[in-house]
Amino acid sequence: MTAPGKFVGRSVPRLEDRPFLLGQGRFAADVNFPGQWHMRVVRSPVAHGKIKSIDATAARALPGVHALWTFADVAHIPPIGFRLTGLTALEPYRQSALAEHVVRYVGEPVAAVFAADQYIAEDAADLVALDIEPLPVILDAAAAPGPFDTERNTEPTVIEKKSGDIDAAFRAARTIVELDLTIGRHSGVPLETRGAIARYDEARDVLKMHGAAKVPHWNRDRLALMLGRPTDKVQLYEGHVGGGFGIRGEMYPEDVLVCAAALKFRRPIKWIEDRREHLIAANHSRQQRHKIKAAIDKDGRILGIDNEFFHDNGAYMRTHAATVPDLAAAMLPGPYRVPAYRARGHIRLTNKTPCGTYRSPGRYETTFVRERLIDAIAAKTGIDAIEVRRRNLIDQSAMPYSLGFGTLGTDIIYDSGDYAKLMDRLLAAAGWPAMQTALARRRAAGEKTGCGFAMFVEKSGLGPFDKVRITVAPGGAVEVITGVASIGQGVETAIAQIAAETLGVAYTRITVVHGQTDRIDKGMGAFASRVTVMCGEATRMAAAKLREQALEAAAELMQTAAATLDIVDGEIVRTGTPGPSMRLGALAARPEGLSAEAEFKSSQMVYPYGAHVVQLKLDAETGGVTIERYLVAFDIGRAVNPMLVEGQIVGGMAQGLGGALYEEFLYSDTGEPLSVTFADYLMPTAREMPHVEVIVSEDAPSPLNTYGFKGAGEGGITPVGAAIASAIDDALGRPGAVTQLPVTPQRLKALMAAG
Amino acid sequence: MSAKNSITLHINGCDHTVSVEPRKTLADAIREDCGQTGTHIGCEHGVCGACTVLLDGEPVRSCLMFAVQAAGKKIRTVEGLADGDTLHPMQQAFMDHHGLQCGFCTPGFLMLAVGVLEREPNIGDADLLDVLSSNLCRCTGYHNIIKAVRAAAKKMSGQ
Repeated sequence: MTAPGKFVGRSVPRLEDRPFLLGQGRFAADVNFPGQWHMRVVRSPVAHGKIKSIDATAARALPGVHALWTFADVAHIPPIGFRLTGLTALEPYRQSALAEHVVRYVGEPVAAVFAADQYIAEDAADLVALDIEPLPVILDAAAAPGPFDTERNTEPTVIEKKSGDIDAAFRAARTIVELDLTIGRHSGVPLETRGAIARYDEARDVLKMHGAAKVPHWNRDRLALMLGRPTDKVQLYEGHVGGGFGIRGEMYPEDVLVCAAALKFRRPIKWIEDRREHLIAANHSRQQRHKIKAAIDKDGRILGIDNEFFHDNGAYMRTHAATVPDLAAAMLPGPYRVPAYRARGHIRLTNKTPCGTYRSPGRYETTFVRERLIDAIAAKTGIDAIEVRRRNLIDQSAMPYSLGFGTLGTDIIYDSGDYAKLMDRLLAAAGWPAMQTALARRRAAGEKTGCGFAMFVEKSGLGPFDKVRITVAPGGAVEVITGVASIGQGVETAIAQIAAETLGVAYTRITVVHGQTDRIDKGMGAFASRVTVMCGEATRMAAAKLREQALEAAAELMQTAAATLDIVDGEIVRTGTPGPSMRLGALAARPEGLSAEAEFKSSQMVYPYGAHVVQLKLDAETGGVTIERYLVAFDIGRAVNPMLVEGQIVGGMAQGLGGALYEEFLYSDTGEPLSVTFADYLMPTAREMPHVEVIVSEDAPSPLNTYGFKGAGEGGITPVGAAIASAIDDALGRPGAVTQLPVTPQRLKALMAAG
Repeated sequence: MSAKNSITLHINGCDHTVSVEPRKTLADAIREDCGQTGTHIGCEHGVCGACTVLLDGEPVRSCLMFAVQAAGKKIRTVEGLADGDTLHPMQQAFMDHHGLQCGFCTPGFLMLAVGVLEREPNIGDADLLDVLSSNLCRCTGYHNIIKAVRAAAKKMSGQ
């Protein structure tokens, strides 16, 4: 580990915690304005159908109901656009705020009720009579493409990536390994449901929306365009956000509705989603089927991989457009040398909830697929699976390593990494050989136990920029204004630590502002594990500027050279020689003040990497899985706050466990969602969660920013499905048995019966 | 909408006389009618436990009760845990052990844990795990919550 600085590298307590512990958080539902109306969305009960009529007579007649909107009321507002990976071919599939003639998934907004309180709004929504003529539903994304409706096909486009000569690789292959693998539909499901409160500030002619998250600036700019207002006449405010995980904070139909209604009715409009709505209306993710094929030589070395997959995007293309399939196509190779590669990702529309990203998008899926493939190569060649990995890992000497194609507008160039070293470190920590022996003994005694290993490369620190302004107040308090967002991950603490390190003030004296579009003109927000990398470096740059400015000004006042001065705990002191000092706050009190701004630009992502080991036991009676041991090693270059990094890793692992064993959005044959409560959509509790042994490694700092930061938010989740699948195979004694996630008790029992 | 009832909710030692419909949930009444928004609503079907409050000392899901059922009973919410500026040992332990990330489930976990430990100060690890598995957290993976509750248990029982 790198030696910690005064703040960077230390597990200091979080600045965020106190209000949460006191019950003084400010989540979306906690925001209220006098005279507000409550919105309730009327949603389609059928998966695909033609809207014949919407009879709102009874709903409108209910006392306390102020208004009711259908498509005609929002027809002037364009559909929601793409934030990332927006391909032209996808544009006809965008979603409008309310359905026009056709509904395409259960949960699609059809009408909106505005009423005096939430109870009345819900009563009224129940009274809206929808006459919808059902149409045939499409539920299998891997079926042959065909018409999605009268104008559009179920396959808007195919994502393609390639490098090397794939046909030559397969011609030269000693052996070909082929698999057909499926990842279930699941999603982030934060504990706070979505919410948005919009009001029109007549005095300033500004539309204000509270409940923003993740990407407030992008949403502000886009809402302004959609509603025909100048950008500075729309402002978004992020309060506390009860979990993000990719899905929260993207722009949804409901955000558009509250804003349009606040403008129209000149009343504050409040919308708080309920859990059933959340499970059918907020972005789903992950559902993909891969037909994967590897060409290998006689020593188990990969010559080429052909990755064809079918991405079930649901009924509309939302803000992420092709992001998830693009990442799935681009990131599959992971830590291995793949001399020839071809990906063909079929984006498919189905009559299910539309999709977006979920923590480790495209990597959770493809790490499952790739690591299954490596295990299959091992099984087919008879070479130990760890040895197969070792033979194929990209060597440290090859860094920086280009894959020869890109994603998210960047070329994929692994910036640094020593994959073999981390693998060995984790295997040593697990006691891998002894673990094998002990498990073999238990299996011989009749127990169904096994262990699994999986490796991955993550991506993080997506640019193109982040801007930070730091200002010292006359009292000495420091404000760091950023364009990022906080979704609960500890942004305020981490950014304050980085600023404090350079500035020479206590991190507790620093306030970090995020998610407020009226405090800084532009910002990229919080996604793609980008905040610590991008905003962290911008913060360091601004702090360095401010420090230089302060020392120069102080040098003049203190009649000494700036080089003889230092800032310690907010006090400008002489180094070495004793003498008078002065407070940073005193400098800030001068008419010119004390403030600096910096922007960090980056056209490349940075690539953390890691590995997981799991040991588990199967229960033949119940089909249940007990995790006996779980280890994670994750190299993130440099940890700002190891305690928070571990928190990210363990929390991510819990979500990965959900996707591996429990969580799945299921549908009936008619497209009726079957996972609509927390009793059907099963997230891990404290009972299911094993102890996780975490190794935070700092072997490979990124050369692309000063501290060497890489994002820590996603490596806890990425290979969980892959590692667990491998361990279940091992326990069953049947390599390749697991072909589908999640391995629910029913599926595990079926697997055991088939053996 | 049906006729409203006037009831008194006794929350953290203060009486709130409010007028609520019989169907209004306790969670909604605490938040909307009494202005105590520390109690969070995560699912409204009694699974996630974010809305957990203590009712006459027992942890209950306030989303599964009607406000009128709580009339006259002693309700404790997260706002009542700290003693002035001094955090309750449970709150302090959650901070010390990084037992929270987004903070949304935190009030429910705090009330659940405090309620159980007040009743059963020497609860064993297995039983404690059982109790804590009745609430959902989506951020932490529970480790640090469990650590925090164990640490607070020691403090609370004076060990």
